[in-house]
Amino acid sequence: MSEEVLRTEHLAKSFGKVTALKDASIRLAKGEVLGLLGDNGAGKSTLLKILTGFHQPTSGTIYFEGKETQLKSVSHARALGIEPVYQDLALINELNVYRNMFLQREIMYGGPLRILNDAAMREQAKEQLKQMRVNIPSVDVEISKLSGGQRQAIAVARSVYSNAKVLLLDEPLAAMGVKESGMILDVVRHLKEKGDVSVIIVAHNYAQIFDFCDRINLLQNGEITFDQRTSDTSVEELTSLVVNEYRAARAGTQR
Amino acid sequence: MGTDNADSLPQGQDPAGHPGRPGLLRRLGSALLHYREASIAIAGVVLIIYFQSTAPAFLSPGNVANLAGYAATTAIIAAGQVMVLISGEVDLSVGQVYALSPFVMYYAQQAGVPIVPAIVIGLIPAAIIGLINGLISVVLEIPSFIATLGTLFIINSVNLLISGGFPVQPQAGPMVTAIFGGNALSQILWAIGVTLFFQFVLLKTRWGCHTIATGGNLIGAEEVGVKIRRIKIGNFIICSVLGGFAGILDCFRIGSIDPLAGGTEIMFMAIASAVIGGTLLTGGSGTIIGAFLGAVVLGVLKDGFTLTGWSAYTFDMILGAAILLTMLMNVRLSHLRAAGRGG
Repeated sequence: MSEEVLRTEHLAKSFGKVTALKDASIRLAKGEVLGLLGDNGAGKSTLLKILTGFHQPTSGTIYFEGKETQLKSVSHARALGIEPVYQDLALINELNVYRNMFLQREIMYGGPLRILNDAAMREQAKEQLKQMRVNIPSVDVEISKLSGGQRQAIAVARSVYSNAKVLLLDEPLAAMGVKESGMILDVVRHLKEKGDVSVIIVAHNYAQIFDFCDRINLLQNGEITFDQRTSDTSVEELTSLVVNEYRAARAGTQR
Repeated sequence: MGTDNADSLPQGQDPAGHPGRPGLLRRLGSALLHYREASIAIAGVVLIIYFQSTAPAFLSPGNVANLAGYAATTAIIAAGQVMVLISGEVDLSVGQVYALSPFVMYYAQQAGVPIVPAIVIGLIPAAIIGLINGLISVVLEIPSFIATLGTLFIINSVNLLISGGFPVQPQAGPMVTAIFGGNALSQILWAIGVTLFFQFVLLKTRWGCHTIATGGNLIGAEEVGVKIRRIKIGNFIICSVLGGFAGILDCFRIGSIDPLAGGTEIMFMAIASAVIGGTLLTGGSGTIIGAFLGAVVLGVLKDGFTLTGWSAYTFDMILGAAILLTMLMNVRLSHLRAAGRGG
């Protein structure tokens, strides 16, 4: 096993009386793609939002590059290199492409007014999109003028661009056309080939992402119940696990 | 808007099939689509030509000075209001801060503070009220419409209490009076300065970029790490301080500090200027130059009607119609802008 980038031990999160996450221990090696699967309400989003620094865990510990770390905020996590890839819903329609790509890590001239260096951001955004083979009319257009696929491409490019060490993809294929999901998976494949970025993909449709993952974790009712390399398991095994859980839950309510 | 505008696009974005026909109308149409300030600027020019042709005294130095003073005050308040509106909030209390700051300045001066520091002291309560407005709306999560409606009434009472309900006269030498709004030129220069400064902040600085992001997509901006609370509170403070500053300029122009000056009227005029100028009440989009032009147009309308002998009673009717018309136009134009790029 290569070196470990991210590890969590017994993470739990409650919102008032509601326990969203009971016990989540995961580990992520450098260059590894981890599929985090689970049904709606299993705690996937909560776990992911803890890793982005958006939520603080109620209990448990996070180790980043071997050191115990508190992810104080989204900015803090991003500064460390943990980069969430948001849906295009997180883009700002009213801002142009490069301002979106650089949002919250703008290149500035400094000074008390924090004047933006638009020329530098424009050039770097162009370069990055060219590398990723994303085709848009211009980096100066407002996001609202782009098609759905182009918007999603910008959302991914924004995250990949940041030289992240860990990329977090939340339901990257939800509500997306074949072309768009193909593009996202291309980006993931591209990153995997480079091998220096680790990826966590959260999804409930595991058949779609199974082939891209090195390892699969299954989250059920707020707990990690399954942890296998993809080479040691199969879509069928996962399906039966989920179906059994569903049957057990139904039996539980009927009793 | 004629159909001629429907397919015009900014240069370089013209899809195939539209060979450039750079006629004047076409370019005008293109400018209308590209710069949201264009429509209000055209409206202003048309109105000025109309009033000048019906009342030759319209462009006389005396009348221009009168108009400029009125428009300048509104424009300064509107600049702050636009920042608040873009970040997705509204400040209804700014008209009362407009009346409060000159009083605080006056009492500071009575206590022996020289006039210039007294002006600064007058702006401190304005900043504190902005902070309170921001904290109530952002931390206590009370919608700013309600939060600032509450502070509006509270400050109104404070104004009456500290003044005893009577106006006072500002005490300052001719120099300070002239610089701080005593003559129309200085006031319009302040307004232009404030407008250009905040337009620059809006378009070219991180603060402006984050303000647009906060109002445009609150959740998205927060997820990326934009400090949405700080942005909103900051813009409330900016708006309030500009409101107080406009009040101080006006007290030197008018020569009196009135506890009932400004109020909801000037606040609504500032919001009307912003909206007519192209700022959306839904957040994320606005222009301070547009608000400045909006204030000028409202000033021209008000002043022009008085000069041409229209009844003052009709002014609000025209104002209301103008707001509805410009909103209709903004909606149509933004549809055209969206359609123009999609194909």
